[in-house]
Amino acid sequence: MMISAPSPLLQLRLPLWRSRMMLAIVFIGFGALAVRAAYLQVWHNDFLQQKGESRYSRTIEISAHRGKITDRNGEILASSTPVRSIWAIPDDVDRSVEKRRELARLLDMPLAELEKKLADEDREFVYLKRQLPPEQADRVAQLRMSGIFQQREYRRYYPAGEVAAHVLGFTGIDETGQEGIELAFQAELAGHAGSRQVIKDRRGNVIEDVASVRVPRDGRDLALSIDSKIQYLAYRELKNAVETHRAKAGGIVVMDVITGEVLALANLPVFNPNNRAHLTGAQLRNRVLTDTFEPGSTMKPFTVALAMELGMVKPTSMVQTAPGKLTIGSATISDAHPHGALSVTEVIQKSSNVGTAKLALAIDRQDMWDMLNRAGFGVVPRVQFPGAVAGRLRPSKGWRPIEQATMSYGYGLSASLLQLARAYTVFGRDGDVIDATFVKAAGPAFGSQVVHPEVAYAMRQMLELAAGPGGTAPRAQTMGYRVAGKTGTAHKQEGKGYAERKYRASFVGFAPVSAPRLVVAVMIDEPSAGRYFGGDVAAPVFSTVVGGALRILGVAPDAPMRPVVLPAEGAGVEESI
Amino acid sequence: MIRRALARVFGGIDAPLMTIAGLLIGVGMLVLFSATYDQPARFFDQLRNFGIALLVMWVVAQVPPQTLMRLAVPVYLVGVALLVAVFLFGVRKKGATRWLNLGITTIQPSEIMKIAMPLMIAWYFHKHEVLVRARDYLVTGLLLILPVGLIAKQPDLGTAILVFAAGAYVMFFAGLSWKLILPAFIAGVVSVGCVIAFEERICQSGVVWPGFKEYQKHRVCTLLDPASDPLGKGFHTIQSVIAVGSGGATGKGWLKGTQAHLEFIPERHTDFIFAVYSEEFGLIGNFALIILYCALIARGFMIAANAPTFFARLLAGAITMIFFTYAFVNMGMVSGILPVVGVPLPLISYGGTALVTLFLGIGMLMSIQRHRKLVQT
Repeated sequence: MMISAPSPLLQLRLPLWRSRMMLAIVFIGFGALAVRAAYLQVWHNDFLQQKGESRYSRTIEISAHRGKITDRNGEILASSTPVRSIWAIPDDVDRSVEKRRELARLLDMPLAELEKKLADEDREFVYLKRQLPPEQADRVAQLRMSGIFQQREYRRYYPAGEVAAHVLGFTGIDETGQEGIELAFQAELAGHAGSRQVIKDRRGNVIEDVASVRVPRDGRDLALSIDSKIQYLAYRELKNAVETHRAKAGGIVVMDVITGEVLALANLPVFNPNNRAHLTGAQLRNRVLTDTFEPGSTMKPFTVALAMELGMVKPTSMVQTAPGKLTIGSATISDAHPHGALSVTEVIQKSSNVGTAKLALAIDRQDMWDMLNRAGFGVVPRVQFPGAVAGRLRPSKGWRPIEQATMSYGYGLSASLLQLARAYTVFGRDGDVIDATFVKAAGPAFGSQVVHPEVAYAMRQMLELAAGPGGTAPRAQTMGYRVAGKTGTAHKQEGKGYAERKYRASFVGFAPVSAPRLVVAVMIDEPSAGRYFGGDVAAPVFSTVVGGALRILGVAPDAPMRPVVLPAEGAGVEESI
Repeated sequence: MIRRALARVFGGIDAPLMTIAGLLIGVGMLVLFSATYDQPARFFDQLRNFGIALLVMWVVAQVPPQTLMRLAVPVYLVGVALLVAVFLFGVRKKGATRWLNLGITTIQPSEIMKIAMPLMIAWYFHKHEVLVRARDYLVTGLLLILPVGLIAKQPDLGTAILVFAAGAYVMFFAGLSWKLILPAFIAGVVSVGCVIAFEERICQSGVVWPGFKEYQKHRVCTLLDPASDPLGKGFHTIQSVIAVGSGGATGKGWLKGTQAHLEFIPERHTDFIFAVYSEEFGLIGNFALIILYCALIARGFMIAANAPTFFARLLAGAITMIFFTYAFVNMGMVSGILPVVGVPLPLISYGGTALVTLFLGIGMLMSIQRHRKLVQT
């Protein structure tokens, strides 16, 4: 039987209030949604709209191309090459195992590592690999995997590797200079980034170019004073010496006497600027500029030059150095061998401590301070390079006679190797000193006078003899060029006193003597293979480097092109320490 | 003759319900076109899905409620069996075991439960309508908890909530005692209150919530403070709230929603399509959509009120409330007042399975409406 209307009994079974309550829930629920929508879309509209805009409207930076660094002949020492970083939205990444394996292979990482990076599927941005070469990145792009994206970046390359590492320094991952020339000339090299207003989607693709706000200005290319060939030669010879003499460290600087340009600068230990994974502080130190040490006998020429400048002595004046000892107060200074009476020339040639000290004690201490100060000791060298130091030259007021005496042969004051090289331009030039520069110079430098030209010429003669058969550094001689210079062998300071068996061997000299062109300063720290005298350890480096460099520069020889007959090793005059 | 044939074909279709559903489909296709602007294939896929779903609806509308009632137990049992099978040898994707590989195709058995659950519970109460005792609530409670537990274990919180709600609505309509409702309600309010009050402490990493998966904990915590993880877990919520808010009162206009077209809205054609809609049609569009859903629910309740049998009435009421639950949970999650759970916007989100399930429900409502006067006693 059919009935035409629902049974009233059944209708009662579903209490009305329960349906009403459900209706109430529906109204409350939708009411809440409507209120929420009104809150977001009317009250908070401005704020959220702005937030939304900030999501797609970007002022993007258009990075300026960092300038190249070249040597004086245009050879590239540092340049930026485009690289690409690979990133992913893990949840969107293609799930096929073969593709993922292929991707891992292209990124040079185990599949497990890739999977680990992609494991957090709630992330919206994960770097997979940074700074990939473009060819490799192109192959990744050819995989056409979803969820994998690329970002353009630059990476700095240093073709010379470790050879010029300390000169150039390096940049960080964001291409800002961290050390060396890269840091010193950051502003010029970096240029100015431009900006552009664009609309971007979530993946970072530019959808629409709205406006160019600022045009980027690329960084300037920088031509350094460095000559790559000389730099390589200097580095190679320094490395040989440090290895042969099992030294702890070493430094060399080659400077143009006419322009003040630094043609080469090298330190050991060194680092590879293209792979700086395991750097130590010792590798990073640019010793030539930032380490000061007591120069020892290389200071003697300045004392002698001052005595002549003040008219106290001539090169031929005699100084009594017997008995090879000099007692000042409670202290005694001595020579390695007693020499008896020496001419001033011989004091330099034989490197007599007693002779130099006697000359110094006759000089007014303020005059001595003035001269050393003019030559650049105790003053930060004016050079565009980070971290150059001043060394130590105490005010003359506090000098006791024994201190004045020891300073005359290079103890009790300190200087960097660059300061020494710069100071020797006094003798290489006409008695004036010039500033060093790391940038290619347009012309000759103007110096400031330290001593009269005649004094400088006289010193050249003496220093040539010091580097000759009767001097302390006959092994400084080189084929085809007359050389001049002075050795230094100093005890290393340790704590408050001096270490008995730790030395620092150095040689500072210039060539060709007839018309000086280069100053070369060499320092070998703690040679420990037996020999430690500057004449044995540092002078041979000078000899090879100065000869090679002059030939590279095409400087006309001023000495016969025949092999120099060198005295046997260890011959010549033993230096006083 | 032709009129008769037409009457026969369209006889089962409830005109008001069809009109409302048609309007929602229209809105859905409009938004989907915008949301899948760069993947037009999806738009045509969805057109096909609509075709299939409407066919299902038409077929179900022809079936009398008595037949549906007869199907209740077998469908429920098959559903539970499949859920157990998923539990034992389901396919694992993206950290969840929800699918069953049948060789030919992969199915998601929890979808079946969305319909099987209200059918089953309504059937049970219908059978015991003469005298409903406390024991019957216990039995239906077990019938409800078993599949919900299996689904929650997969884990799939969104579907578990929907299936649970479907069964709970039937129990409520069947006259579940306040003595049971009130304590559950209070416990719920207190626990949600506690979570909000002590958010900072309990959301710290390392704090384990008993019975919750790590990702579920994160979702709740992210809802409370989306800014805590803007690139990861909070991304969906932040982006969708920004999109909704960007719409303003009148919206940016169709196809002009920047957040959607620049791909800032994740899942923009599925669970988060409401964000696309809101940005393009604004507050006015939101009100219109809510009114459409209200109309759908109102029609559902009318059908329930007119239903001839206890079973039909329970079923119609529950289906209607499921529509509400879908709409409320989805819109609530997109506008940032509910945690992110995988619930689509009914009749609008892209996706064939959900569409078929929903039209199955509409078909049942139509069937109940059509057969209201043909009750056999």
